[in-house]
Amino acid sequence: MMDPDTDIGGAQHRFPVTNQSAIVRARSVDESVRQRAFETILASYWKPVYKYVRLKWQASNEDAKDLTQGFFANAFEKNHFANYDASKASFQTFLRTCLDGFVANERKAGKRLKRGGEQEHLQLDFVSAAAEFGHHAAASDLTPEDYFHREWVRWMFTLCVEALRRRCEEIDHNVHFQLFEQYDLSDNGNVSYASLADQFGLDQRTVTNYLAAVRRDFRRIVLDKLHEITATEAEFRNEARSLLGVEVK
Amino acid sequence: MKWLSDDRLDHLRELAVEPDFSATQYQLGGELARGGMGTVYLAEDTKLNRQVAIKVLNPPDVTTDLRERMIREAQIIARLEHPGIVPVHDVGTLPDGRVFYAMKYVRGRRLDEYAAETESIRDRLRKFQSACDAVAFAHAHGVIHRDLKPQNIMIGSFGEVLVLDWGVAKILRQHEPASEADTLRLPREGAAPFPTGSLSDAVTTEGTIIGTRHYMSPEQARGEVDRLDERSDVYSLGAVLCFLLTNESPNTTRPRVINPKVSKAAEAICLKAMSPEMDARYATAVELSRDVGKLLDEEPVSAYRENVFEKTGRWAAKNRFLILLVLAYLVMRIFFIFTSRS
Repeated sequence: MMDPDTDIGGAQHRFPVTNQSAIVRARSVDESVRQRAFETILASYWKPVYKYVRLKWQASNEDAKDLTQGFFANAFEKNHFANYDASKASFQTFLRTCLDGFVANERKAGKRLKRGGEQEHLQLDFVSAAAEFGHHAAASDLTPEDYFHREWVRWMFTLCVEALRRRCEEIDHNVHFQLFEQYDLSDNGNVSYASLADQFGLDQRTVTNYLAAVRRDFRRIVLDKLHEITATEAEFRNEARSLLGVEVK
Repeated sequence: MKWLSDDRLDHLRELAVEPDFSATQYQLGGELARGGMGTVYLAEDTKLNRQVAIKVLNPPDVTTDLRERMIREAQIIARLEHPGIVPVHDVGTLPDGRVFYAMKYVRGRRLDEYAAETESIRDRLRKFQSACDAVAFAHAHGVIHRDLKPQNIMIGSFGEVLVLDWGVAKILRQHEPASEADTLRLPREGAAPFPTGSLSDAVTTEGTIIGTRHYMSPEQARGEVDRLDERSDVYSLGAVLCFLLTNESPNTTRPRVINPKVSKAAEAICLKAMSPEMDARYATAVELSRDVGKLLDEEPVSAYRENVFEKTGRWAAKNRFLILLVLAYLVMRIFFIFTSRS
């Protein structure tokens, strides 16, 4: 059978740039385009950034909130994300490196960012982030970098589930989403197709058909989300492997 | 927003990569193998009530480039009708854009697994020769494999040898019946020729490295795509032979140093096939197969010039029964001479 060692690639990888990538749009000369790109990047990374700052830099809740807001505000103001070079590292690694540099500088200067002001508009749900950090401690064998990655994966899937919920609402597939929520998102191991059929007054075949349809939408949303935050096809594939766990074993 | 536990996260990851076959006649079973380009699943063909193997493009690889690669792979295999090449039954696209193709499900072991369970070098060489024949058939039809290695050669449950994973194969030219092809099984009459080489050229650009370390030829490792031809596969076959003789992935050490039981002739075949210079290798897989056949028949091989002692030794080994008979006859004659005198 196929062997994972097979390598396809080399010095002349040529992939088209994805038009809708937020990272590409972050380089736009049009400020409104940059602003939207920034919002996408912020929405995709703020929570793992907050948790990483708390874990790696042992920051208090208040400090981590300020540092997270400060980091993104500073990156946007100075257009740091435009400097990203996909040939050198993944965006995730680039962002984490920038973050470490930012926090180290803040700590060195002994500064403490004032909350509020121009960063107030970011309106990030730090309450839930703090609660998650408090209730779900990082596994002791994870490095801060691995923790950042794990939390990014969790956050990405959380965003995709939310996007799926909105999509189901739009197209009146609320039952589909409820089935998905109970069968695929719940930690309750006793849920079966039969129990869902009983609960929703459907036959079992309809339950499986609904689930197949909603999962298909979910897959599409995950890939769209990845396209949104990656700059090149090569990076998209790397990040997809990283997010979906499709590793070349 | 709902907190996703690690367990649910892993479940969602599985869901996101699971191919959706609900609109097809296939019912997905377990995963059989996973490679850089695609994943192979066991599936049930519900129309024909039989098991098939389905190769599906990996989800992050839904680019046009790789979709073309997969379709091309299916087309290549479908046209190569040979007992040593797995037949393709069907090709299609899933709702998410992933290309898949269904092929015969081969029950058996990979060549490396077979070698781990088979002590006899002669048995291994016979399997190797069959693999050479399948590759030679493809060469005769203008197709080079480019990723030959023990993991891509399968020994079926009836002992048949199948060359798998033509995902990075290259079409060198349209099929033209050649003299060499006469020694091989030709495709059925009226079979359409392959598409021209332009498709493969579009897929693989110069500088792209395709293959597997230890088994790829030096020109492949340098990414000299335009230079690759049948001799690049010959190099890989030589590397496979080296593995079969030594149980180790090929490296700079000579096979006889790793395994002193390897004959000088066998080592010479390996080294000739794996020569860094393309011109110094066997020109075709047929020539390589022929030399391996001679080795099995204890005849002189083209890759090695024997001295007179070796010739005598090989002749003696090959004719040991005849020699034993003559010796037995002579012993009996002497015995009769002595007994009749006394």
